[in-house]
Amino acid sequence: MSVLTPPRNARSQPGSGRNAGPARSAGENFSAWANRHRKWLFAAPAMIFVGVLIVFPLAWTLYLSLTDSQGSVRAASEFVGLENYLTVLSDGERFWPAVGRTLTFTGVALVCEVVLGMCIALLLWRPFRGEKWVRVAILMPLVATPVAVGMMWRLIFDPNIGFVNQLLGMVGIPPQPWLSGQDTALGTTIFMDVWQWTPMVVLILLAGLTSLSEEPDEAARMDGANAAQRFFLITLPLMMPTVIVAILLRGIDALKTFDILYATKGKGGGSFHEVETLNVYAYGLSFDYNQYGLSSAVLILFFMIIIGSMWLLTMRKKAVSK
Amino acid sequence: MTVLSKNNETAPQTAAARPAPAPRRRKPLGTRAYKVFRVAALIAVVLFLVAPLFWMLLASFKTNVDIYDTGKSFFFTPTGENYANVLQRNNYFVFIFNSFWVAFVSTVLSLVLGVPAAYAMSRFTMHRSALVVLMARVIPGVSLLVPWYYVFSNLKMVGGFEVLILSHMFVSLPLIVYIMMSYFDSLPLELEESAQVDGLTPIGAFRRITLPLSVSGIATAGILSFIFSWNNFMFALVLSGSKTKTLPVAIFDFVSYASIDWGGLMAAATVVTIPIMIIALFTQKYIVSGMTAGATKG
Repeated sequence: MSVLTPPRNARSQPGSGRNAGPARSAGENFSAWANRHRKWLFAAPAMIFVGVLIVFPLAWTLYLSLTDSQGSVRAASEFVGLENYLTVLSDGERFWPAVGRTLTFTGVALVCEVVLGMCIALLLWRPFRGEKWVRVAILMPLVATPVAVGMMWRLIFDPNIGFVNQLLGMVGIPPQPWLSGQDTALGTTIFMDVWQWTPMVVLILLAGLTSLSEEPDEAARMDGANAAQRFFLITLPLMMPTVIVAILLRGIDALKTFDILYATKGKGGGSFHEVETLNVYAYGLSFDYNQYGLSSAVLILFFMIIIGSMWLLTMRKKAVSK
Repeated sequence: MTVLSKNNETAPQTAAARPAPAPRRRKPLGTRAYKVFRVAALIAVVLFLVAPLFWMLLASFKTNVDIYDTGKSFFFTPTGENYANVLQRNNYFVFIFNSFWVAFVSTVLSLVLGVPAAYAMSRFTMHRSALVVLMARVIPGVSLLVPWYYVFSNLKMVGGFEVLILSHMFVSLPLIVYIMMSYFDSLPLELEESAQVDGLTPIGAFRRITLPLSVSGIATAGILSFIFSWNNFMFALVLSGSKTKTLPVAIFDFVSYASIDWGGLMAAATVVTIPIMIIALFTQKYIVSGMTAGATKG
């Protein structure tokens, strides 16, 4: 094994950054101490930062969920035990529909994004001319500001002046209400999410595809397997761990989607709560209606749903990776 | 027919065992019909992704009368009035500065905290500790906002840059730790070990060897953190004041006025997205590697 030469800039300034002169021994002591404890010296600041900003608020949310706090957090509140949870869990008007919308939104968006993402990733897999420009196009929705994207779609899906209805008109389909329709609003926001986030799934799956060994595919080709057989029997099973990572990363964010929903439908997810997911519901309870006790209970339940679905996926991933 | 793949470790042996194939990079793909289909599909994908943004850009150059006139979808006399309105009358330069400042400071501070943390967590395989930091990515932001708002308003900090930067760091830090951990995981340990044999302390080896080698990883993490902070809406919606309002909140306020000024709104939306897209254009490679960090190791 060859001995490594330190990079030039490290040599040209020997001892820089070290204490020189009388303070030297103290500096050396400190340096020795720092080196011995570098594990926690490095990790602790970030962990303390996140810990303070999470643990304390989460504990408080848990506490608030057990009180009847409302109006102002400062106002006197009484301990009511699990009453908020009972209220929320028996609330068939706002809470359960919100759970349903959250799961529908996440589920449908995820399925579309993964299927579409896999198709696009397969299209891009082998090199082709103009690849660079297609990759740029893929990046654009991904980095666009969600609120701006929401506004953009509001114009495009506008029932009267929107381009989508214009386009439909050309082929003789009557104008649709899209975002302003009670039944179509959620689907339209799902479409927006698919537009913005399919590219992320494409990037992840493409990274997975490029890291695959070509040999299994090659062997199957020699044995006369056709393209569909090779995809479903060779490529897809090998890609499963990556697919699950993509679902996991995207699913966490999809469950928590807020920006485009609030930007396109405003408070309460629209006048009929068409797109009110758990996150929008909890935000509204907290900041539009100041029902802190109730909103905290909703948030704790929401958090449990997120953790639960992540746990299920991680289990699935372990099973697939074996 | 076999063709060697470029990054195949067993390639030399196979090459010796089999007759040397043509030096093609990839296997030829299917029939002509497939090729035509592929080109068509690729064009459809690009159109699907880019057309809406193009529409937004077009509308931002239209007067509101032209926006309402479906006959003038593509052919109209462009006007810069919407931009003049947005930038001058609505003070968007202030919001642009606010967004930039919050994103920049929170990214730098998160890098200072996050890179050493990711290094320690990667080298000492502190998976439980990493989980604490990554938890921040999972928790719904709303559950933190009520307590934050209460504490920070008692400290008279709501409406100031500090609290906004703190809340954005909360988004950036887990992202940076996540990306940098997978970067450090892929960096060979031998380099640091031989640097230590040459007399550097462990921290010295981190500073002189590992950090300089990690520039591209740090760039990846920094760029993504900047973008996420620039795009962040919910934290700024609650925690920003009239003086610290960031662009996403400014756009949102645009529609709360009585009727929607579509031209102005699209100009505002373009003003927010253009800077980030230009950054993305020049840092494509980093964004891709950041988005896919940790996705392919089993």
